[in-house]
Amino acid sequence: MTDDDRRDAVTPQQRQEPDSGNAPAVPAAGPAPAGEPEPPEGQPVPDRFEDPGLPEHRPRSTDRDPRAARRAEFQVAALFSLSVTGTLLALAAYYTVQVEDDLGVAELLGRLRLSTLLLGIGLFLALFCVGAGVVHWARRLMPGEEWTEHRHVLRGSDTDRAEARRILADGAAESGLGRRPLIRNTLVGALALAPLPAIALLRDTGPLPEDSLSRTFWRAGLHLVRDPEGGRIRPDDLVVGSVVHVMPEGVDEAEHPLEERAKAAVLVIRLDPEDLDQESLGGAHEGIVAYSKICTHMGCPVGLYEQQTRHLLCPCHQSTFDVSRHCQVIFGPAKRPLPQLPLTVDPEGYLVAADGFREAVGPSFWERG
Amino acid sequence: MSVTDEPAATGAGGEEIGVPDGTDRGTGGPSTAGPAGSGGTRTARAAGAVGTFADERFGASRIVRGFARKVFPDHWSFMLGEIALYSFVVLLITGVFLTLFYVPSVAPTTYEGSYAPLNGQQVSEAYASTLRLSFDVRGGLLVRQIHHWSALVFAAAILVHMFRVFFTGAFRKPRELNWVVGVVLALLAIFEGFAGYSLPDDLLSGTGLRIASSILLSIPFVGSYLSSFLFGGEFPGEAFIPRLYTIHVLILPAVFVLLISAHLFMVVLHKHTQYPGPGRRDDNVVGYPFYPVYLAKAGGFFFIVAGITTLMAAVFTINPIWAYGAYDPSPVTAGSQPDWYMGFLDGAARLAPGWWEFTAFGHTVSLNVLLPAVVLPGVLSIVAILYPWLESFVTRSRREHHVLDRPRNAPTRTGLGVMAITFYLLLLVSGGNDIIATQLHLSINAITVALRVLVIALPPIAFLVTKRICLGLQRRDRDLVLHGRETGRIVRTEQGEVYEVHEPIDERERWRLVQHQAHRPYEPPSPDETGSGNGHSVTVRDRLRSRLNRFYFRDRVDPVTPAELAAAQASGHGTGPGHGTGEGRSTEAPSTEAAGTTTER
Amino acid sequence: MTTPQMNPPQPTAEARGAGKDTVTAPTARRRRRMATALLVPIGLLTTGLAYTLLAPGSAGAAPTGAEDVSAGRELFLANCSTCHGIDAGGRDLAPSLVGVGAAAVDFQVGTGRMPLRASGPQSPKGSKVTFSQEEIRRLAAYVASLGPGPEIPGASAVDPTLGDPSRGALIFRTNCAMCHNFAGKGGALTQGKYAPDLSDTSPTHIYEAMLTGPGSMPVFADTTLDSESKRDIIAYLDTINEAPSPGGLALGSLGPVSEGLVAWVVGLSALIGCAVWVGARSS
Repeated sequence: MTDDDRRDAVTPQQRQEPDSGNAPAVPAAGPAPAGEPEPPEGQPVPDRFEDPGLPEHRPRSTDRDPRAARRAEFQVAALFSLSVTGTLLALAAYYTVQVEDDLGVAELLGRLRLSTLLLGIGLFLALFCVGAGVVHWARRLMPGEEWTEHRHVLRGSDTDRAEARRILADGAAESGLGRRPLIRNTLVGALALAPLPAIALLRDTGPLPEDSLSRTFWRAGLHLVRDPEGGRIRPDDLVVGSVVHVMPEGVDEAEHPLEERAKAAVLVIRLDPEDLDQESLGGAHEGIVAYSKICTHMGCPVGLYEQQTRHLLCPCHQSTFDVSRHCQVIFGPAKRPLPQLPLTVDPEGYLVAADGFREAVGPSFWERG
Repeated sequence: MSVTDEPAATGAGGEEIGVPDGTDRGTGGPSTAGPAGSGGTRTARAAGAVGTFADERFGASRIVRGFARKVFPDHWSFMLGEIALYSFVVLLITGVFLTLFYVPSVAPTTYEGSYAPLNGQQVSEAYASTLRLSFDVRGGLLVRQIHHWSALVFAAAILVHMFRVFFTGAFRKPRELNWVVGVVLALLAIFEGFAGYSLPDDLLSGTGLRIASSILLSIPFVGSYLSSFLFGGEFPGEAFIPRLYTIHVLILPAVFVLLISAHLFMVVLHKHTQYPGPGRRDDNVVGYPFYPVYLAKAGGFFFIVAGITTLMAAVFTINPIWAYGAYDPSPVTAGSQPDWYMGFLDGAARLAPGWWEFTAFGHTVSLNVLLPAVVLPGVLSIVAILYPWLESFVTRSRREHHVLDRPRNAPTRTGLGVMAITFYLLLLVSGGNDIIATQLHLSINAITVALRVLVIALPPIAFLVTKRICLGLQRRDRDLVLHGRETGRIVRTEQGEVYEVHEPIDERERWRLVQHQAHRPYEPPSPDETGSGNGHSVTVRDRLRSRLNRFYFRDRVDPVTPAELAAAQASGHGTGPGHGTGEGRSTEAPSTEAAGTTTER
Repeated sequence: MTTPQMNPPQPTAEARGAGKDTVTAPTARRRRRMATALLVPIGLLTTGLAYTLLAPGSAGAAPTGAEDVSAGRELFLANCSTCHGIDAGGRDLAPSLVGVGAAAVDFQVGTGRMPLRASGPQSPKGSKVTFSQEEIRRLAAYVASLGPGPEIPGASAVDPTLGDPSRGALIFRTNCAMCHNFAGKGGALTQGKYAPDLSDTSPTHIYEAMLTGPGSMPVFADTTLDSESKRDIIAYLDTINEAPSPGGLALGSLGPVSEGLVAWVVGLSALIGCAVWVGARSS
């Protein structure tokens, strides 16, 4: 495809053809509406205005006035020089603003901020001024006249098409693909099966889930310890209205501590037993209840406990659970209540799990049931 | 594919390249172009030598002839895609710098760096190395912030570019495939961004990954398997960050480069669309030659984009991972949000009510997760990808479109677009409902409930209102053509009548307002002249198509015809004093004309 | 030398001591046992010292005398009894003040939350405090006399320079960040309630809030979050409040929402502005 470009050479050779909406195929407003089946016109096509053609080029001040051009030249050069200044500033900032280890935090961060700011401003000037200069140059000093280029429809000519069709048919015939179905069918079969090993190879990217989603580190008799400071908890430590973020003791020594923490996080809350319904009291110890902190919606830690309303709020999607009613969902996108961890105390008086979770914690999944 | 007959433009197929002053010496090096004869003979010879070398190795002269003077129309809205492109280049450059220091591993380590509030904490290598490159590598924080700001700007520019293409109808034939490539690029940008902000392994990115794994888990049948395979076991595992790293720095960038190349190749192949205006037709393109004007503008704009993202990085903190801390599944922060481009999905997840989840036959189906997080983006993408064909199916337009629509002249499409944007924005707002609650002192529950209603109710209203506005603007265009521009000069006639002098608009300006077609709804042709070849039977598909076509074209305002203008002028509008008698005063005109030429409902 | 054997409240102290120096960190996969063994005695030593020096109340505010109590009672009757009752036993919506302790009074009155100015989802931090420091002390003395409750912490208990900001950061993230956000900038709760911004809250008030659990906030008594941990949290908050954000303007430290807003409103707008300039015809 070749383009023939003429600056200002194209005058409106043909006016735009009316493009009728009720045509199945609307003729292009192009030069050759011939060949297009003229659609049946339901209504008379209104007379249309004529394209007046490209407006005359208006010379810019830089075209008319050599002094303006000279001024623009200086401006471009000034922008480029400013860019050089920016580069120098960035380099100077790089070498002079040092961030040493032995500074206090505030001073260290202050230095870092200064370094980032100066480097950034230097680099900004260096880059932006090159860009602004080049654009200014293009706008003010490079030719300001618009060009016109012809467009050609993308489809080939009818001859091209016929030829292409013939070539493809010939090639197909030469290969014998149509005549030899045995080859064709076995090839299709072979190609269809060939990717299977690739899929099989992906099998070892991870283990089968098995019951991993339903299992947690918690089991009967495991001590509750504070997260993150550690330390077992006695019921007396908790006053009404207090919460403790809790992990099972020994979780950090587990084979996969992060994975276990991701399922075992628990929030322990002490309420007035009067405020707890029958279901919640089942796993409670003297008004102390423990609920999984992993949201049943999308797994965020549900830690926002409002002690007055006894509501738990998830900060990610605002699911709200009512602790006094066995963590039923009272608002938001979660469906299931947070699972409760039944509590009791060991002979020494520390809080322990009476049992593991009786259902899978965290977000729903297909096999959950 | 389709073998319908197309009018072939009568390009003469000329061989010449339009070098204005006709100079064409040399062997094709770039030195020969340009009207300003560059002087120095040594330079010219050197350039000639380079040109000869290039030409004899890969035929550079033909490439220069074919492409150097390609014409690109100039309009600011055509540069939105360039913002995205250049942000991508900035992302590549800064990203390479970051890879020099980042360690894609969740192996535990003790942080012993400059930032005291984290000292001695057990963190992952990924987190520690990101802190190291922020605090202990000079300029590292700046580059990280440029990278992140560029990512946000990249996604924003893609979206705005998409809006521009949509509202001007630039996706129509022959550019449908380029629209598809664009939609895919937009989707990939979301994934790439998500992968990127998950890599530092800070509290926020870990929370995001946890949500991602929950979304996988919600997929029926295969969810837990998918999650287990992707994460290499249970969440968070040790495999995901390294895998995500490969995806983020290798696979997706490679796909990006490939698709962006295809995107740009198609732009060159189709030549750029242009806005309607005098002399701008479907068979030409008016603008500046690529070399040197557009090259300078586009090249300069790259530096401008890079400069501005750098300035943002110099002035604004982004993603302060040191404040979030290392990822640990137990803590979380208020205002846990994804980057903005994921916000609409997060918002949708916040709006979905819990009762969408149910258990059947011993299996849990979490539609409350699946619908907003999987089905919604899937459906939106499919609708977006198919839209060009949907529209051409409805409008029955099969010709090439190179002159853009002014959005007001395609009221139905514009309405649909605004409807989609309204829906999207409401989801985005809902993704920040907690921040809105604290900043505006509102109840988060009230906001959420209100948004649940609005997200259903507002988009159709937005559609209707937008369509009305478009039709109103078209009527105003008519007015302008018929009665000219208000001059602000009030004249009082001897009879004591007062009117404002209207000044007729010039024919070039007028052309912009009257060049478009106001299509009438399709009326099926009588059976004997059907073009579709299907004979007499009217299928359900045909009926649906007709109905959609009516919906699309029902409300319209015809552009002014010369006859109407002549009539208006004859009745004495605008041009001068002395004609201001009675009838058809400009203030009444719209209603009279609207009655005549507008068909609504 | 304090040794583990000599420390009286055995398991708790040991756990606390161990927790103090080898912070149970998320990514810990294998404990550095050697280091732990070394650090435990050191941790215990510091813990023990800290306890003897800084046990809450021991270094408390000026001793309260009977005249303070009676002066406080006067103030109470004049300003608080309409809602809380003549005997401070509480009424409809106003809680009983018996046993809330001096800390609760100092927090509620000292931050201007009380006396309540207007009804709403929660009592906001007041722009100005109604009573003088001396009056607050007297009010606190009166309320403290009604029943035993948390006392106002002493100066050393809330001294950020004595705390460990790194440990405080960890505790803050698990116990506080979900409501108050990672940088203590506050966050939304249900039905229009919110966790307030902590940047302007004094260390003493932060300590008292943890101790007494005002409003929606749960109680973090010294038995569940020991006084050192509280001081570490205060030290962390002090650090992030004092230190500038190294990347530049912090944009409210609200996370990706404000960043996204800036990307659009500043970044993209500036770029589109530039594009308009690039594309505009020069005259």
